[in-house]
Amino acid sequence: MSAEIGHFALILALVVALIQSVVTFWGASRADSALMGVGRAAALLQLIFVALAFGCLAWGYATLDFSVELVARHSHTTQPLAYRLAATWGSHEGSMVLWVLILALHGAALSVFGNSLRATFLSRVLGVQGLLGAAFLGFSLLTSNPFARLFPTPLEGTELNPLLQDPGLISHPPLLYLGYVGFSVAFAFAVAALIEGRVDAAWARWVRPWVLAAWTALTLGIALGSHWAYYELGWGGWWFWDPVENASLMPWLMGTALLHSAQVLEKRGALISWTLLLAILTFSLSLIGTFLVRSGVLNSVHAFAVDPARGAYVLAFCVIATGSALTLYAWRAPGMRTGAMFAPLSKEAGVTLNNLILAVVTFVVFIGTFFPVFYELMTGGAITVGPPYFNLIFVPLFSLLLCLVGFGPLLHWKRDRVRQVLARLRWPLGLAAVALIAGTAAFGLAKILAAFGFALGVWLIAAGALLLVRRWDIGQRPAEVTWRLVRTTPVAIWAVALAHTGLGVTTVGVTAMAGFESSKVLRMGQGDQVEFAGRTLVLQSLAPVTGPNYQADRAVFAIVQGRGPATLISERRFYPSSRNQTTEAAIGPSLIGNLYISVGELDESGKAVIRLWSHPFVGWIWGGAVLMALGGLVSLSDRRLRLGAPQPSKRRIPDPVMPVPEAAE
Amino acid sequence: MRRIAFIAPVLIFLIIAGALAFGLGRDPKILPSMLIGKPLPAFNLPDVRTGTGGKGLASSNFTGEPALLNVFASWCASCRIEHPFLMRLSREGVPIHGLNWRDKGDAGARWLDRFGDPYDRVGYDPTGRTGIDLGVTGAPETFVIDRHGTVRYRHVGPIDAQVWTETLAPLMQQLRAEP
Repeated sequence: MSAEIGHFALILALVVALIQSVVTFWGASRADSALMGVGRAAALLQLIFVALAFGCLAWGYATLDFSVELVARHSHTTQPLAYRLAATWGSHEGSMVLWVLILALHGAALSVFGNSLRATFLSRVLGVQGLLGAAFLGFSLLTSNPFARLFPTPLEGTELNPLLQDPGLISHPPLLYLGYVGFSVAFAFAVAALIEGRVDAAWARWVRPWVLAAWTALTLGIALGSHWAYYELGWGGWWFWDPVENASLMPWLMGTALLHSAQVLEKRGALISWTLLLAILTFSLSLIGTFLVRSGVLNSVHAFAVDPARGAYVLAFCVIATGSALTLYAWRAPGMRTGAMFAPLSKEAGVTLNNLILAVVTFVVFIGTFFPVFYELMTGGAITVGPPYFNLIFVPLFSLLLCLVGFGPLLHWKRDRVRQVLARLRWPLGLAAVALIAGTAAFGLAKILAAFGFALGVWLIAAGALLLVRRWDIGQRPAEVTWRLVRTTPVAIWAVALAHTGLGVTTVGVTAMAGFESSKVLRMGQGDQVEFAGRTLVLQSLAPVTGPNYQADRAVFAIVQGRGPATLISERRFYPSSRNQTTEAAIGPSLIGNLYISVGELDESGKAVIRLWSHPFVGWIWGGAVLMALGGLVSLSDRRLRLGAPQPSKRRIPDPVMPVPEAAE
Repeated sequence: MRRIAFIAPVLIFLIIAGALAFGLGRDPKILPSMLIGKPLPAFNLPDVRTGTGGKGLASSNFTGEPALLNVFASWCASCRIEHPFLMRLSREGVPIHGLNWRDKGDAGARWLDRFGDPYDRVGYDPTGRTGIDLGVTGAPETFVIDRHGTVRYRHVGPIDAQVWTETLAPLMQQLRAEP
């Protein structure tokens, strides 16, 4: 029964979403508060129905209801409960339900917390959200019904792909979707602003927390996915320039640009139309990412089942959503107020440059990702674009951006002077120069690029730390005053320092991996010994073992001399019910590098091919991403206090501790 | 002039969307083979049922009439899905030869004994050497060979009713009509 309830709930959610958009647009154009109130209630109702549908699907997985086709295809009686529940979004159909659920959550949150927005504006935002919801609910119901029944009911299901049975991958899709869908709010805000023809600082103050939340979730989601690929795919790569990875990177790059330009709009009232354009494009890239994963336009390791009907629907949706938003932009944006002016050297100019580079970089990734399609269109031939292209174009452009990142937060608004800027940043600049020279001396001229990468990392970390040091005035005042300054450091400074330092940490990790990774391949049997990366390892045992739903060849290594944990276990697993093979690499993690071992197939003589890698500083790649996300979270904690106070008059209440207007909801 | 800057995004977007719409009709799994229009690379493989004195499979067996060369393995899940359809084709009299690719010991032979043998001849290629010569990227994969032993088509992935009726059957008919 639960599947039918879920299916019906999904249909009702679609109807409610349509009502929501009609009622809100109509109500907003007539300034009818009763109609607009109905629209806000509809957003809540939509959430209830979608949550019910999601719950029904999860229930099907929990109770192993194999009469539901989706459950039968992605779960198995031997599969642990946590992975059965995670399988709810492990398939294409289920992941769409999760997508709609998150969208409905955003809509409901807007409806509940939107009191301080102008009523007509909130209505139009909810109207756009309703349309987006209806489009995705329609997609789910028309092309990928998650509740289809299977007859006759099989006694046993097919397992969820074992590669996906992993704690990292349980939270990867929800985080990515929080990011993708979160940008829909920025999109809805931009469209509503274009319809109304006005954008002001309050608009930016309102949109920034949503963009921040989405950006933070997306940052974590991408890092998680990359980390998963690192430990699960068995050869220690962390980024492959795979189309699906690029699909998540593009909204991230655009979202980063949006985050910065929205700040300029909020603080200085500049970059108005540009920010609107970024808001539209960021969400469009999220949609294109969805299109990419589901259409089969490009071949990818993580692609869902190829189905042109689904691709056609998502593409049509992309074209209608983005096309109409951009048309609206072309029509309305020129008539909008132009922003405040600023000098060529100023924080505004810095953010503009940051935005331009991020836009170009996004374009580069876009072209690289879709080039096979364009190439075939022009020449009829097939081609693949691999890492060489991205390394050649993306890396230099991004390095340029990283050079500029350190300057940004220390530039003054409106206008600044070159000499003063350089003087302010003398310490980070000096440290980076020392790192470059020391690195070149240590690694030789052949590795000057690696030295440059490390210098960039040092520059970013030092420039991030400088923000705090300047604020605290370290060494210039009595300890007590410094301590007070530390405690009262504005959240915004913490956030920028964390995020930019995180970028530096990631840069160090990426550089070390690119320049100093080493590996060794050999055939080993029990008792064999190997010297690698300053360690001596012994293969203690190599034997088959049996897990809950798999059989495995397990290799146990001991580090007899050198750094690392005492034992390392690497497995090669075989999942009989889905006939899949996975490699569980043995990883000896540490702050300055990982030892990574994967075991090959056992041969007749009981030996196996063993591959060892040394991954210097690899953990820094994700550690930096976590710092960036932390910066986003910290910034959000600040935003929440000010969220409900867009009217300047209310902000004069001299009590910054009380989140007054928000408590009124 | 300023207006154009605002209209440009939507125009660029529409061009890109057009290209993507074109891409929709394209299947990324169609891999052109270097071998198309060329004779099969020479090979002479023992029979999959080693030691039974079976017929084995050689490139010279592909003359006289058009035939399919199907690459399979016992460890390949999609081959298991494809298998019943091959049995149907075999009953309908379509000549199919098998290449048991990268299977260990008698795993391939046991697989055929258990599920049925749709092949006229089955070559045994445990090292995957012949697979490399053919440019096989994975199993299952199927080549269409004409009566002169020339490779005419390559299909990656399982053959199902749709692939057969829309692509392979018309091609086989055409090849049978060729001199």
